[in-house]
Amino acid sequence: MPFWTRYGLKQGKASTKWPSEGDDGQSGVLGMPRFDPAKCQSGCRECADACLPGAIAIEEGDPIDGSADSLGASRGGARLKVDYGRCVVCQMCVEVCPTEAFSPSNDWAFGVRRREDLLWARPSGVAAGVGANVGAAGARADAGAGAGDSAAEKELKGEIRRIFGRSLHIRHVDAGSCNGCESELQALNNPFYNLHRLGIFFTPSPRFADLLLVTGPVTHALRNPLQEAYRAMPEPRFVMALGTCAVSGGTNGGGYACGNGLEGVLPVDLYVPGCPPNPAAIIHALLMLVRRMPQRVRGGQIVGESERA
Amino acid sequence: MSPEQPPLRARQEAHATPIRDVPLRDLEQRCGAAVAAGARVQLAYAWFPETAGEPHVQGSGAEAAPPETIELRYVVHSSAGHPPEIWRCRPGTLPPPSLASIAPLVSWYEREITDLCGLSFQNQPQPEPLVLLPGARATRPPLRPGAAPPLSYAPEPSSLPEVAGSAHRDVQLLPFGPIRADVLESAQFTFFYIGEGILHYDPQLFFKHRGMEKRFEGIRPELGTVLAERVSAVGSVAHALAYSRALEAAAKCDVPPRAEWLRVLLAELERLYNHLHYFGHLCHTTTLKVGEAEGKYLEELAKQLNAEATGSRFLRSLVCPGGLRREPRLGGIAVRLAKIHREFARYAEMLETTTTHLDRLITTGVLGKQLAFDLGATGPIERASGVDRDPRRDQPYGVYRELPLRVATSDGCDAHARQQVRIAETLNSIELIQAALGGLPSGAIRAECPPAARGEGLGWAESPRGSVYYAVHLDSAGKLARVKIKSPSFSNWRVFPHTVHQSNMMDYAINEASFGLTVAGCAR
Repeated sequence: MPFWTRYGLKQGKASTKWPSEGDDGQSGVLGMPRFDPAKCQSGCRECADACLPGAIAIEEGDPIDGSADSLGASRGGARLKVDYGRCVVCQMCVEVCPTEAFSPSNDWAFGVRRREDLLWARPSGVAAGVGANVGAAGARADAGAGAGDSAAEKELKGEIRRIFGRSLHIRHVDAGSCNGCESELQALNNPFYNLHRLGIFFTPSPRFADLLLVTGPVTHALRNPLQEAYRAMPEPRFVMALGTCAVSGGTNGGGYACGNGLEGVLPVDLYVPGCPPNPAAIIHALLMLVRRMPQRVRGGQIVGESERA
Repeated sequence: MSPEQPPLRARQEAHATPIRDVPLRDLEQRCGAAVAAGARVQLAYAWFPETAGEPHVQGSGAEAAPPETIELRYVVHSSAGHPPEIWRCRPGTLPPPSLASIAPLVSWYEREITDLCGLSFQNQPQPEPLVLLPGARATRPPLRPGAAPPLSYAPEPSSLPEVAGSAHRDVQLLPFGPIRADVLESAQFTFFYIGEGILHYDPQLFFKHRGMEKRFEGIRPELGTVLAERVSAVGSVAHALAYSRALEAAAKCDVPPRAEWLRVLLAELERLYNHLHYFGHLCHTTTLKVGEAEGKYLEELAKQLNAEATGSRFLRSLVCPGGLRREPRLGGIAVRLAKIHREFARYAEMLETTTTHLDRLITTGVLGKQLAFDLGATGPIERASGVDRDPRRDQPYGVYRELPLRVATSDGCDAHARQQVRIAETLNSIELIQAALGGLPSGAIRAECPPAARGEGLGWAESPRGSVYYAVHLDSAGKLARVKIKSPSFSNWRVFPHTVHQSNMMDYAINEASFGLTVAGCAR
């Protein structure tokens, strides 16, 4: 009979040290397509027609930046509204766009605290789209206050550190997912990501949980069980909408059997779109929640290092 | 990579699955004769064909619309070695007879049709709802043409069935779920047990019903893969493939050889990471900790390989009607695969020689051959119960005929047999990937696949968990009118409870893991 313990020891460590250093394991993973409205053709609606979850919508009205000399999408008087909270990363827009206004990217660290930050907005005075993924530098920014942190936010940060001691216990609830998010959540405990090394644990009972991590578009049948789980949690408690379904319903929300994610179901502290978010994106979001990593996305794009103090 | 084209192979010999009209009065007799001759009804569904050239008006007032004609479809395999045929049956105003007592696996399909299309069957032995949960109310059947109003759920106090009889005080009831411990999919299981022994087990699997089939209606066929890939993420390739093949059958479209070879590559990469996950999870239930870590580590290596090759850890966004959307990056696959192969070969040998692990598997969750066949078990589950079927060989699609495919079977019928079959399949998948990389022809990867107005097609693929079928109907505008999804977990969940009755609580988790089921695929 094999001597598994010896085998395990001989295999050595498989865990990455990311995010403090090393491999995030996501080489080659395609993220949210980048949007450059300057490249849009007048009157073109290819991307909107190919976007099944409606992440790209055409709005009649003001040109995209409101200026008379604006380019691209603004010419026809219509503009594109791009909501990464609805994006399922299917890459259809990238394929159909005749002018590369949507281009493939590896931008997957899309956890945000405010839903509005998933809507594409013209960057204001900040170099946008640097595109480096969350790496060592980001990790060292550690509980560093973002430039925009208010006094209240600082206080909250202090509270979180005091209460959780930088550890976190999670109750996961599948509210109708396609099992992609579950597959990646299960991957967090494989030897490569080894979530325990970061002091983060899944717990069976909502009574012991700090965070309710919800996947899926919230089917009508699971709405009550989900809300019961939330009510069973002690305060302070946090809610994370994991995956595009939980953020907005995605392709699977709505219809006769589903709601549109956590909209109108529970208050959400952190939105993590992605279909599914990869394990590193989930780790980034979890560490972001306890202020151990900074938010990378504002206005629907990854912002440069310069924004963070 | 070989630069020259492969030898001319038979083009998709039969684009269209033959359709036979079966009058309602002949249905039972026809089914009885077929089943007696060794046939298996693979799936059944209903749909509402367009009437008199008028497309269904989406979202129009349902009351004003004329009564729709409902049409029943049964997909039947006369024997394992034959491609399927379709029986078409128009019940009109008469309730069709239930076939559940002749072909038991049809029962769930009939109950689903009753719930979602509003058509009841005569003498259905289990007439209670399947997809709709207790407390659910549908003001009109969701799959009837037009907009479906949301289901409403009356908040039902959770109640458990009564247990009667002289020993009823000894019987304990354990309701488990729908939110379960650990990171798992939502489903509710009710156990009736005395001490360790399980008397009866009842799973409620449709909390996650998302109405995926309805969602296809009215969209452009080329966007359907985005939905198909999101029915069950761990079967993304198989779902996209079966869907695409159904459309290709409807459009009579031939897929370029290079795309067919790459599709095999993707399908086998999917089998690889799923099976590796399976071993890790099975070890978790037998508390073989290092075995669990090793299985899940190998799964991670396979998923990272997927991402390098395709940009998606789930191999998504490649398969499309007519071929593939883009070229995968094949550069690093061989080296990464060789590492996985090396480690897996050793790991599999260790699993097969660890007596503490095998002790928990042998004689656990026994599924006899007859039951497996009659109730429609599929994939590694039926093959581990001695049913020698595999669509990759029996209803050949793609280029499996030109590759060293070996269908693994076992007569063991228990959890150990299911492990052994999956070990053999994993090794064969690695071999198939290597062969596909070696023999890959050059050329185009996508052919035109114009949607055929009013066309229909049936497509299938063998996923890691068993056969996936998509039946696709297009409307007069070339948009999707009806898409029926048959997932492997829908079939295997039908069978699984029969292995739980009369077993014991300690083995339950092992038994469930040995089936490797998904809830998302079943509930859709």
